[in-house]
Amino acid sequence: MTTLPLSSTPAAPAPPGRGAASGTARRSRLKPWAPWAAAGGSLVLAFLVTLVAGTPSFASVVALAAVFYLVGLTAWSRIVEGPRWATDRLATTLVTFAFGLALVPLISLLWTVVSKGSKVFSLTFLNTNMVGVFGDMTEGGVYHAIIGTVLITAAAAAISVPIGILTAIYLVEYGRGPMARGITFLVDVMTGIPSIVAGLFAFSLFTLIFGPAYRAGIMGAVALSLLMTPVVIRSVEEMLRLVPNELREAAYALGVPKWLTIIKVVLRTAIAGIVTGVMLAVARVIGETAPLLLTVGIITKVNWDLFDGLMTTLPVYAYNQYSQGGAGVDRAWAAALTLILIVMVLNLIARLVSKFFSPKAAR
Amino acid sequence: MLGAAKKERLHMSKRIEVNDLNVYYGDFLAVEDVSMTIEARSVTALIGPSGCGKSTFLRTLNRMHEVIPGARVQGKAVMDGQNLYADDVDPVEVRRQVGMVFQRPNPFPTMSIAENVLAGVKLNNKRISKSDANDLVESSLQAANLWNEVKDRLARPGSSLSGGQQQRLCIARAIAVRPDVLLMDEPCSALDPISTLAIEDLMSELKNDYTIVVVTHNMQQAARVSDRTAFFNIAGTGKPGRLIEMDDTSTMFSSPSQQATEDYISGRFG
Repeated sequence: MTTLPLSSTPAAPAPPGRGAASGTARRSRLKPWAPWAAAGGSLVLAFLVTLVAGTPSFASVVALAAVFYLVGLTAWSRIVEGPRWATDRLATTLVTFAFGLALVPLISLLWTVVSKGSKVFSLTFLNTNMVGVFGDMTEGGVYHAIIGTVLITAAAAAISVPIGILTAIYLVEYGRGPMARGITFLVDVMTGIPSIVAGLFAFSLFTLIFGPAYRAGIMGAVALSLLMTPVVIRSVEEMLRLVPNELREAAYALGVPKWLTIIKVVLRTAIAGIVTGVMLAVARVIGETAPLLLTVGIITKVNWDLFDGLMTTLPVYAYNQYSQGGAGVDRAWAAALTLILIVMVLNLIARLVSKFFSPKAAR
Repeated sequence: MLGAAKKERLHMSKRIEVNDLNVYYGDFLAVEDVSMTIEARSVTALIGPSGCGKSTFLRTLNRMHEVIPGARVQGKAVMDGQNLYADDVDPVEVRRQVGMVFQRPNPFPTMSIAENVLAGVKLNNKRISKSDANDLVESSLQAANLWNEVKDRLARPGSSLSGGQQQRLCIARAIAVRPDVLLMDEPCSALDPISTLAIEDLMSELKNDYTIVVVTHNMQQAARVSDRTAFFNIAGTGKPGRLIEMDDTSTMFSSPSQQATEDYISGRFG
């Protein structure tokens, strides 16, 4: 840094002189309010045009205004600012539109679930089960389904997170040659397994071992772990590959054995990403319906025993209530809302965990 | 809990004798037929053009090259009567005795300054009392000339330091495990002149207690800090690197016996 003024002194006068000659500062720009003005003008124009053509609807006005805005602002910018800035504004507009378009289904979905789900959603709904609820009764709740979903998903995570993390460690730290390539290929294949196939697999596996009458939450957990494991492997593998090799070498050079380096340096550095990856995998399976419908079915009362008897889960509950119709439809929406809330809480916890564990320089 | 054996070893820097050492990456011979003696309590500099195998050779001295798949060594490197490549020698034990500082400072990002210094102890699951730990942090940082700059912020992350301070933190981390030999792989190439000066001063101090081997591209640095200098060269791309000659630094930079050395040192090639 100290040598910088010395070396740059002779060159310093040149750039401003050259810049002034080619007119760097003379190019005029649109005012900051120009895009807003263009947006307002496009909306008014679109409304008038649709009014002339027929009855204006919200969708047609917005769509037409978007086209007017795209053409109008680009042309305006081209006249005032030149082609490079016009292209920049065109790209900015297209990206913003794409973002808005992607938000539409998300907001619409959330709005639908919240507005329809809040009809019967209450604290009572959360801690009642469906014992003794018949016909058009509006009582009943999801307590047993929450218990089932949490237990089964936790069991699935307990199975697939250790397998997934250990496999990822093998692939990144030890795996060489055909064995590692084979595992990577099989993980890719596993990612594509349809969930109903995973359900059928767990169903036939437990039928073979425990006989045809056996039903338990663990069957669903095994089916879900089949879907979850490849997602965990993939995301943890990516996270471990992000850990710089220099840190591993630094640990080796201190006389730290490889296994301790992996546990205390590699996993510790990547923990935030691993937690996020596991949460994504949980979010991927917590809403699964088909394999659970097949294996753990549905029941009206709370079942705390993961290894004996049917269990209710939120997605299956929602499906079941919706197909009953009547008051069940409201309960189905409320169950969907509950499920979204659970996923949201899990995500918040994961955020906190990764914030707490992430490398200190990042904060 | 550091153990009496460890404390005894503190001032036992060791000489290394290398005999007919060949380094391979798979089938590729990277360094051919190196024989040299690295004296205890001195600084040995390895110089030479890029790709001549001096870093590879340096990494064979604590078996760090084995981290790369397919890398292997033929020949002997004897430290204190013990061949580092004997069948019964554990590379992890070798690395505890032969520490290393890398080209780019690499403090552990999840650890504070103090934890970085203690990394060699903590990562090996060794128990250490709080007062011993504090003493070790202070003495190591003192030895690395960093104590005065960081003593008020030992709990801050190691990555909050400047590049030169981070490199001295890495040196403190390396000497906290009390090695006999310290290898430095271009420790100043990522640093500004002032930090470089700090590290060079540090090397001159550390050679009272440690055997130091430093790889450098900077010939002035080799001339300033080292007692003996070894010149490596390579005949061409795909050919193995070789040790051309090794002598006292003053002799190497005034009247080298090989023409190639003189050409390199006087800047006629490389």
